[in-house]
Order: sequence, then C-alpha cells, then structure tokens
Amino acid sequence: MALLTCKNLTLGYDSTVVAANINFQVNQGDYLCIIGENGSGKSTLMKTILHLKAPLSGQIITGDGLKQSEIGYLPQQTTVQKDFPASVNEIVLSGCLNKCALRPFYNKAEKALAIESMEKMGITHLSKRCYRELSGGQQQRVLLARALCATQKMLVLDEPVAGLDPKVTMEMYEQINKLNREYGITVIMVSHDISAALRYATHILHISHEPLFFGTKEDYLKSAAGLAFTKGGNEDA
Amino acid sequence: MLDKLISYFQYPFVQYALIVGVLIALCSSLLGVTLVLKRFSFIGDGLSHVAFGIMCVAGILNLTNDMLLVLPGTVLCAVVLISGSEKIRLKGDAAVAMLSVSSLAIGYLIMNLFSSSSNLSGDVCSTLFGSTSILTLSKTDVLLCVVLSVLVVALFVLFYNKIFAVTFDENFALATGVKAKAYNMLIAVITAVIIVLAMNLVGSLLISALIVFPALCAMRLFKSFRQVIICAAVVSVVCATSGILISVLMGTPVGSTIIAANIVVFVLFSIIGKIKR
Repeated sequence: MALLTCKNLTLGYDSTVVAANINFQVNQGDYLCIIGENGSGKSTLMKTILHLKAPLSGQIITGDGLKQSEIGYLPQQTTVQKDFPASVNEIVLSGCLNKCALRPFYNKAEKALAIESMEKMGITHLSKRCYRELSGGQQQRVLLARALCATQKMLVLDEPVAGLDPKVTMEMYEQINKLNREYGITVIMVSHDISAALRYATHILHISHEPLFFGTKEDYLKSAAGLAFTKGGNEDA
Repeated sequence: MLDKLISYFQYPFVQYALIVGVLIALCSSLLGVTLVLKRFSFIGDGLSHVAFGIMCVAGILNLTNDMLLVLPGTVLCAVVLISGSEKIRLKGDAAVAMLSVSSLAIGYLIMNLFSSSSNLSGDVCSTLFGSTSILTLSKTDVLLCVVLSVLVVALFVLFYNKIFAVTFDENFALATGVKAKAYNMLIAVITAVIIVLAMNLVGSLLISALIVFPALCAMRLFKSFRQVIICAAVVSVVCATSGILISVLMGTPVGSTIIAANIVVFVLFSIIGKIKR
C-alpha cells in the first residue's frame, strides 16, 4: 500500500473549483514534485494534503503506518516570523509538539531529537542564535529541522527555495536530496522550478486545474505535457 | 519620604492596590508577548471597550455583581475575534476597531439614558481611566483577582510550549496534528479574563498599554522567546510597583502613572538596544 493516496480529489473554495480529478499516489522513498503555473491549484492541493483545508470531494488516504500527524511541513515564511524573537533551538524543538499531547513540557527523547535534527541540517552551531538575525537560507534550514522533528517519514515542502540566491538554492536542493536518498524520507515538493524538479524528483505531478500528467520523471520527459512545459522552460532560460 | 510610604502601607486599601496591581501586570505581560506577535496589539483596547459597554448594561439592570455579565460577555467577544472564522480574522483590525467604538458608544448612550447617578461624567471617567477604583477594592475583589491570576499564570506555564508553537506558526502546528484551534481559544479566554481584571487597575482606555509595553520593551533587548517572556514579566511588575508607589506618594492617577513608568522603560531599552547593535 502507498504512503499517501489521493482519489478523485476536487479542490476549491466554497463553490469555486480550483482543480478537479486529481489522482495520484506516493510510495515510501519517492521524491514527488508538484509543478504547475500560478493559480493552477498547487498550493490548494498541498494544503489539502496537510488537512489544512477540506477537499470539495474525493479522498486522501494515508497508509503504510503513516499517520496524518506525521507529515512534516516546510511552509513559506510569514511576515509574523520575520521579526519573531525566538532562538533556533526553541523553534526546532517546537516541531516535537505533536508527540507531547497533553504533557506540558518536552522530555529528554524530544530534546535529543531536536539536537539530532539540527545536526542533520548542519545548524548545530546556530542553536542559540536568534531566528530573525539569520540569513534566508539558514532560516529555511531551521524550519526544515523543525519539520524533521515532527516526522521521519514524509515532508511536504512549499516552494523551499523562494527568495534564496542561486548558491544557497543549490545547497538547499542538495540538502533535501540528501534527506530523501540517505534518510529515506519521502518528499513532496511544490515548486515553480522545473529544472530542479527534473533534476532531483523521481515522480512528477503536473497540474493545471486538472492533472496534465502524473508518473515518473522519465515518462514525463517523453509526455506531451512534459515536452511542452520543458521546451517552454528552456526558451525562458 | 520612607516614613510617609510606611504609614500609607498601614492602610489595607494600599496593600490591596499593590497586590492586585502586581498580579495584573504580571498576567497581562505574559499574554502580551503572544498578542503582540500575533498582531493583536489592539485587542486589549477593543475588548476593554466591550467590557465597558457590558458594564453599563449591567449597571442599568441593577445587577449586584456585574462580573457575572461582564466576564462571559467579554470572553465571548475575545473568542470570536481571536479564534473566529477565517473571514472575521482577515478583517482583524477593522473588526476590533468597529467592535471597540460601538461598545463604547452604546455603553455611554445607555448610561446617559438610564443612569440615576448624579455624577455621570465622573463615573464614566473612572471606568475609562480607572482613576480611583483600584484604591476602593474590597476583600472579595482582591481574592477573585488573586485566584484568577494564579490560574492564568498556571495555565500559561503549563501551555507555554503550545502557546509558543501556535504563535510562531499556526499552520505548521495544525498540519502536524496539534490542536491549534483549541489553544487559540485558550489564549482568547485568558486574554478576556485579564482584560476584565485589568479594568480595575488602569481602566479600559489604558489596558492596551499594559499588554503591549512590557512585550515591546523586552523585544528591544532579548532574542529568545523565553527571555522575552521573563523580561516582559519583570518589566511589567517593576513598572506596576513603582507606578503605584509613586501615585500613592504624589497623588497622581494610578493607571497613568504605571504607563508613564512603562514608557520610560521602553525609551531606556530602545536606547540600550540601539547601542548594543
């Protein structure tokens, strides 16, 4: 059984349908990239996968021992966070909160998990620093470390390189790739960046109000949607 | 001067004022950090005006204990404003502003139409600026305040980590299975309780200051959430204590004096923060 299966999903707000007939599944160890233009329903799909929003119809089924609360999430930064007084350690540790239930404080295992996550992301030396004083790339690493505290199984990344410079962007992609290959964490990434998607992903979901393509990267490159999109992308570049 | 102070402290009403003042300052500063960071700085102002409006209604109904009406009413408004549906929250500041002005207006209107008091503007003034009421507290008021403050502090400590997570990133908390909505509701209820309590101290116009200033002071200097919370609590308690002492000695209005003390600390911390950077 797949980790995550979406069946006949229809997404939207109130009566407005943003995207319909979405069917796909994600297996353990996959690196799925969801691509599409602005307004194509990518973000809505992501919010629905995270249960932040209910679908208009259809089902999202988690399987293989994955609980809904075990999907880690790397959100886009909000304005609130830009001047938030918090140390890196506090933020990373807050990812463990879903393990606490009603227990008021973190236990030793959770603190150790936070330290381990920071090591994985290479930010141990920043742990006492203030979040708002870090660079964009460092902040993303902090949030990714927090997501690693919440899950060891699946990460959902929302435009993880938005606003980063090219060098940091490359480092970020390498880091995500490492999490996927070395630690076996399943990755779902929403992105504009078609070239990175084709470089790292194993599977592609291309949506534009309806799914244009779902399958492996190799098949995508041969498909009509893939050819049109990648060709367009190359002309831009 | 010290003799004078000691002689004043023989009076129970001065002791009461100090106890209540310090407790309320402590509670409001704890919640203040969260509210400022959630961009709800004006919630104190809005809710206190709501409480004022309800108090006026309770007044004309001749209720013996208006807390029975004021507390639940304010809690309800807080819950709607802070943890209400997306649509209300999108218009957060406008909703707060609208609710605040209309409660104030309606409350004053009702008082004017139905009040039997001969000193109407005096009554209104003391509710708005809390000029005298803190010096006229009864033993039950003090007891109620102590119990509620202890409850607020206990809840805050027990839910500290949850409050942090919900303040920093509500969506992440929701997505990873944390009951963010419930914690938002908790924050709303505690806020309303503190505001109703604080009306005795500084009156409804100055509550925002009690909530906002300690948090802003602490954020000038400190960089982790825990340090900011602790610093805000200390600043708030120190300002409240010195404000009450000064007002007893000099005969100045209590609320305004406390807030003046807060302003001084804010300026001081801002300068220190600039120099450190």
